[in-house]
Amino acid sequence: MPLYHTDDQTMLSDTVGQFMAEEGAIAKQLRHWRDRDCKDGFGHGLWKQFAEMGFTGILVGEDDGGLGMGHVEAGIVLEEIGRNLTPSPFLTSAVLAGTALQHGSNDVRGRWLPGLVSGESVFAVAIDEGAKHRPERIKTRAEKSGNGFRLSGRKDFVVYGGSADMIVVAARTSGADDDTDGITLFAVPKDVSGMSHDAVRLVDSSMATHTTFDNVELDGDAVIGEVDGGREILNKVLMAGRVGAAAEGVGVARGAMDMTVDYLKQRKQFGKLIGEFQALQHRAAHLYSEVEIARAVTIKAQQLLDAGSEKADLMASVAKAKVGKAAGLAVKEGVQMHGGIGMTDEYDIGLYMKRDRALAEFMGDVYYHAGRVAEMSGY
Amino acid sequence: MSDLDTFRAETRAWLEANCPPEMREPVRDDEDVYWGGRKATFKNDAQKAWFEACRDKGYTVPAWPKEYGGAGLSPAEAKVLREEMARIGARPPLSSFGIWMLGPALLHFGTEEQKKKYLNEIARGEIRWCQGYSEPGSGSDLVSLQTFGEDKGDHWVVNGQKIWTSYADKADWIFCLVRTDKNDKYRGITFMLFDMETPGVSTKPILLISGNSPFCETFFDDVKVPKDQYVGEINRGWDVAKYLLGHEREMISGADSSERGAGIGAMLKRQTGELDPVLRAELAMFDVDALAFSAMGEKFLDEVKIGKAHPAQPNMMKYAGTELNKRRHELIMAAGGSAALEWESEETDGGKPARSWLRTKANSIEGGTSEVMLNVISKRILELPGA
Ligand SMILES: Cc1cc2nc3c(=O)[nH]c(=O)nc-3n(C[C@H](O)[C@H](O)[C@H](O)COP(=O)(O)OP(=O)(O)OC[C@H]3O[C@@H](n4cnc5c(N)ncnc54)[C@H](O)[C@@H]3O)c2cc1C
Ligand SMILES: Cc1cc2nc3c(=O)[nH]c(=O)nc-3n(C[C@H](O)[C@H](O)[C@H](O)COP(=O)(O)OP(=O)(O)OC[C@H]3O[C@@H](n4cnc5c(N)ncnc54)[C@H](O)[C@@H]3O)c2cc1C
Repeated sequence: MPLYHTDDQTMLSDTVGQFMAEEGAIAKQLRHWRDRDCKDGFGHGLWKQFAEMGFTGILVGEDDGGLGMGHVEAGIVLEEIGRNLTPSPFLTSAVLAGTALQHGSNDVRGRWLPGLVSGESVFAVAIDEGAKHRPERIKTRAEKSGNGFRLSGRKDFVVYGGSADMIVVAARTSGADDDTDGITLFAVPKDVSGMSHDAVRLVDSSMATHTTFDNVELDGDAVIGEVDGGREILNKVLMAGRVGAAAEGVGVARGAMDMTVDYLKQRKQFGKLIGEFQALQHRAAHLYSEVEIARAVTIKAQQLLDAGSEKADLMASVAKAKVGKAAGLAVKEGVQMHGGIGMTDEYDIGLYMKRDRALAEFMGDVYYHAGRVAEMSGY
Repeated sequence: MSDLDTFRAETRAWLEANCPPEMREPVRDDEDVYWGGRKATFKNDAQKAWFEACRDKGYTVPAWPKEYGGAGLSPAEAKVLREEMARIGARPPLSSFGIWMLGPALLHFGTEEQKKKYLNEIARGEIRWCQGYSEPGSGSDLVSLQTFGEDKGDHWVVNGQKIWTSYADKADWIFCLVRTDKNDKYRGITFMLFDMETPGVSTKPILLISGNSPFCETFFDDVKVPKDQYVGEINRGWDVAKYLLGHEREMISGADSSERGAGIGAMLKRQTGELDPVLRAELAMFDVDALAFSAMGEKFLDEVKIGKAHPAQPNMMKYAGTELNKRRHELIMAAGGSAALEWESEETDGGKPARSWLRTKANSIEGGTSEVMLNVISKRILELPGA
């Protein structure tokens, strides 16, 4: 498959780009909700609009009422979300939880997917335990209890956990903390008793929770897939999430870069446009090349994921790491090249820096994924 | 089965039958590369057999039309052939500046007569070409070149000096930028072709830090060049040169080379047994960049094929690819430790790691320096002012 967008994908990209630039714009969404101290951190109205556009069900199979598209298409939406810093539960609901639910029984899918497709529901995923992404180790436990399970433990960095109608929780149903096997995924509804959220606002104004499960009683039908067989689904969720976060990161990088290059063409110092100074030109050109490469490997990873290739796991980590580097560079150079105003809240470039920092951690940072690349390569 | 699948099956069978096992080993040094030309000798029978099989099939230049010595493959077929060759690690049967640079220029700008003659000679490995662009006073600022061809009616008389002419001492012919109008900087250069045995042409090898002398100073002292030996139009040689720089940069970037896009951590671990943890971390970061760049190479070639790549994108590829290659060899040296310092020993195959490491330093100079690439990206892609 050629490594560029097909005509259909290009059309989708144009549509999404236009939609997001209008409806998802920084002033209309990010600043609007932030300045109102919104406890959700995103607008439900926009989420409904996403549903009308078909985005929320983009990965949901046609039999379940979705568009049945792939990660390349989801990535197109994410790149525009990134470029406009649009606060949205798209990544957690449509991509991460959506991927998990694909592996659920008819009952599980029938219970949750219609709400996702219609934009009524918002989902979160609870995987991380502790401040760093280490999904190899899962301590949160679900013990058998009657026909169901009793869930106990604590999850961190549950993005939009406080607003979620359902949280996909990765828990251990057997074995030791570091075992590969013995994991089960649960679809935990928001109103269960024993679940409590400590909601925190993050640097990028998005919301996340530390979520504690204290003997939460779950029905057997909360299980997604097989009991003890959750690792395989979890890995798919993680791959989708990593590639998705990479796509959003590409958007952040491109948004920051474009804004900065524009600024270089406007700001005058020493009687010249600062874009005439070679010291800045070379850095901008280097940044361009890094961002192009990051975008290429992200599309590669999306295609491999859609093709069900064995190489998808490796390339997902390469993409997440590479985007982490490139987007990090884009926002740092962006703020620096804006000079003093880059430090002000009034200018948007700083918002890119904040979003990048949060995205860099989400689903594993550069170091985590570079380490995985080494391990998967055999050293 | 689609036509392409059939072609793949046939290609696989043909390679199986015709590519000797020795030709599936990685290229270790310049002797393993067959450059063709009047003075060429084969290193061994396998090299000869492989070259001749490819030559007869048109596979030294698979995408060129058949009447010019190629196999007339479509871009998609050529990609299949590349993939199948890469799969078994087949070496290129013939390498030359004729294939990489002059050929594409002739295909684009040449007359029918020139194409028939020169392209066939290149494809059949009969004539080896070198590139005479750079001069002592004109490197990055190539268009300031001074080598002058005086118009004498049916011929020019060329005087001047070129430098860094790769393999000038081994080449049969040279394609050369010569000033033919001193009053017009850009429109006063002609892209000439002439035999290196013409009286007045002499070469002097330059010794490099790698200990090799792959290139020369080339002197022209009243060299007579017939007036029909130029490409494009008289005084419009800069157009040809600019067109070619794109090809050259693509090539040097390694966009098309699987070796350059691959990670090295696993290989170095196998070679050295143990990696210092901080070095391992650096290797991991490098491998991320290398694997990502291989995707970039793939995307770039795919986009070139449908005319979707930005015309200045080869500059980005060249910049990123060569800087990556320099880093690769820094890490190979670091992992190799003192063993990699040995300059002449048998274990290092005559100082291979160190010599290669030094050679890669030229990657970001030859074919346009990294700084010049960044200038071009700034100006043509980012459209920054005054660049
Ligand atoms: C937190 C903070 C506190 C401050 N406190 C004070 C204060 O108390 N009093 C006061 O007077 N000022 C203060 N300043 C202002 C500060 O001195 C300026 O921001 C600084 O001099 C840069 O100027 P600028 O913001 O106009 O950026 P610009 O000069 O517009 O620079 C924009 C970008 O262009 C680059 N650039 C500019 N010229 C060139 C060139 N010739 N070659 C290459 N690159 C170039 C810059 O490096 C920068 O990356 C403060 C700034 C900040 C951020
Ligand atoms: C291995 C190798 C093989 C080669 N083969 C050939 C060949 O076959 N035929 C041939 O004709 N030539 C060949 N060359 C020559 C090559 O094209 C030149 O070396 C190259 O164009 C740079 O020119 P220069 O060496 O004169 O450096 P200069 O142009 O003098 O550059 C010196 C430094 O200044 C920087 N610089 C120059 N201009 C600018 C600018 N505007 N902005 C910022 N920085 C700038 C450069 O980047 C460089 O770092 C080869 C070179 C090498 C190393």
